[in-house]
Amino acid sequence: MAMLEVSRLSISFGGLHAVDDFNVTIEKGQLYGLIGPNGAGKTTVFNLLTGVYKPNEGIVRLDGVDITGKNTVEVNRLGIARTFQNIRLFKDMPVLDNVKVGFHNQKSYSVLTGILKLPKYHRTENEMNQKAMEILDVFGLASEAAVKAGNLPYGKQRKLEIARALATDPKLLLLDEPAAGMNPNETAELMDTIRFVRDHFDMTILLIEHDMKLVAGICEKLTVLNFGRVLCQGETSEVLSDPAVITAYLGE
Amino acid sequence: MNQNNQSAEIIKKIQSSTRRGNLITYGIVLAAYIVMQSLVSTGHISSLLKGLLVPVCVYVIAAVSLNLVVGISGELSLGHAGFMCVGAYASSFFTNAYGDGLPNWFRLILAIIVGAAAAGLFGILIGVPVLRLKGDYLAIVTLAFGEIIKNLINVLYAGVDSNGIHISTKSAMDLNMGPDGKQIIKGALGISGTPRLSTFTAGVVLIIITLFIVQNLMNSRAGRAIMSTRDNRIAAESIGIPVTKYKLLAFAVSAALAGAAGVLYSHNLASLSTAKFDYNTSILVLVFVVLGGIGNIRGSIIAAVILTVLPEMLRGLSAYRMLIYAVILIAMMLFNWAPAAISWRERMMERLPFGRKKRTGEED
Ligand SMILES: Nc1ncnc2c1ncn2[C@@H]1O[C@H](COP(=O)(O)OP(=O)(O)OP(=O)(O)O)[C@@H](O)[C@H]1O
Ligand SMILES: [Mg+2]
Repeated sequence: MAMLEVSRLSISFGGLHAVDDFNVTIEKGQLYGLIGPNGAGKTTVFNLLTGVYKPNEGIVRLDGVDITGKNTVEVNRLGIARTFQNIRLFKDMPVLDNVKVGFHNQKSYSVLTGILKLPKYHRTENEMNQKAMEILDVFGLASEAAVKAGNLPYGKQRKLEIARALATDPKLLLLDEPAAGMNPNETAELMDTIRFVRDHFDMTILLIEHDMKLVAGICEKLTVLNFGRVLCQGETSEVLSDPAVITAYLGE
Repeated sequence: MNQNNQSAEIIKKIQSSTRRGNLITYGIVLAAYIVMQSLVSTGHISSLLKGLLVPVCVYVIAAVSLNLVVGISGELSLGHAGFMCVGAYASSFFTNAYGDGLPNWFRLILAIIVGAAAAGLFGILIGVPVLRLKGDYLAIVTLAFGEIIKNLINVLYAGVDSNGIHISTKSAMDLNMGPDGKQIIKGALGISGTPRLSTFTAGVVLIIITLFIVQNLMNSRAGRAIMSTRDNRIAAESIGIPVTKYKLLAFAVSAALAGAAGVLYSHNLASLSTAKFDYNTSILVLVFVVLGGIGNIRGSIIAAVILTVLPEMLRGLSAYRMLIYAVILIAMMLFNWAPAAISWRERMMERLPFGRKKRTGEED
């Protein structure tokens, strides 16, 4: 069974069909790319998948479960985590806490246990700390655990967002332009990290990206969106050599 | 293995730095208590200052609890005095109605529980409808709530007799009490004759308990959830944090603690009226929080102490009093130009009508 199955997904804002009849099927463990020109509706697809917007039409199934129309909190509990195109960290909190807060629904104790610091508090916090440091280590952020998230350099903030999303133990990870604003070196490093996350956490990943080198380098399959509609879909190499895709990117 | 050791070391460092911070705060409070107590017991203290000891504790608790809403959960509340008022009246009613003959410290504990519970309940009642709304409504509704509570209590008559509690909003006669009845809340006249159970020691113990609750909450799972909703609501939802639930938790705990401050206040005076619980007091407490540093618990304590004691100390300098007060306010403001204050301002700016433009594309 596919990890993500989206059919006929549509939404319009006023008269604008931001996403129109969008379909995609992503298998478990796949690294899948969603590309398209500016304003094509890519981020809107993420917002529809994560319950930020309710679709006018269509069905979203995650691992066989219908999650259409569920709110953002429920969607995350059911197994989708995401990052944001314009970084949204908890910038006044330390790096470590940005990840620990992601464990909210995995590792739990009551409010009173926390205030009274009962044994379960210490036990759970220790588990959280250890696991958080493991995740931070994957992204090379462990040594900055005590730094305020807002004080990290830009590239590391992007990585921390992925780390936080992973902390929620998702089935599907959505990355919105993870390489935006990174230099070629950082991008190359990020590609390795994304591959590592897929292998190490056995993750299914859907990513939006403008950097064609990154897309060609790590995505197994692609969907191209143009004016809210699917222009082309399939194996990365085939899609990237499709004349219609080249035209859409270079302009008529 | 090496990696693990390194991680463990970093964690240890973080933990010991928060622990140190918390201990310093408790230490400051205890040191101040010991100094003041020894001054009192050796008679080296003016009666003016002595009279301020309990009120200072009241304002410290009020400021710390308001910081939980303003600094930790990032919402603007302008009705904190309303919750103090609820706590003050509920507990004074209780103390006058019941508990004759019990030891004083026990009566005060009961009063604090009643006052905190009543105010916490009001916090939930106000918070449930209001915190659901996104945006600026909380500030306006809490401001209105503070005034409404004051006016409601002003027309409230209540008493007890052998049949239980009688309540009326018309007059004392409408209470219809039996011959053994005792009228306690007398409309605009408030409550008089409450035993003066509050002591400086009780006030300091209550400050320590407040600090314990707030600081431990901040360092727990719930505290992180609350702070995440403050820093970025959309991101918090995206990682499965029920935002409204945690905003409500912060609001209710804050209200309950404000209620406890109200108890301390009402059991320090023979007569209680609503006059002291108007929006001026709410704003004053907010000034303590802002000047002490938003989200900075220790700062709230220090600001509340200085700004409560100072105006009284300066009374002798009549003409220069307000000038000096203003200079000190400005000095504190400069001192607290901390990053936390700055980011709070940014958050508040985003909410102003002309700052809204920033919000388009927020769902990106
Ligand atoms: N909440 C909204 N209200 C109205 N229009 C919207 C809203 N969200 C998105 N749009 C519009 O939908 C279209 C698609 O936007 P979207 O952000 O999904 O594009 P994108 O493919 O992510 O582009 P980019 O590569 O620039 O990030 C745009 O025209 C945008 O203006
Ligand atoms: Mg986008």
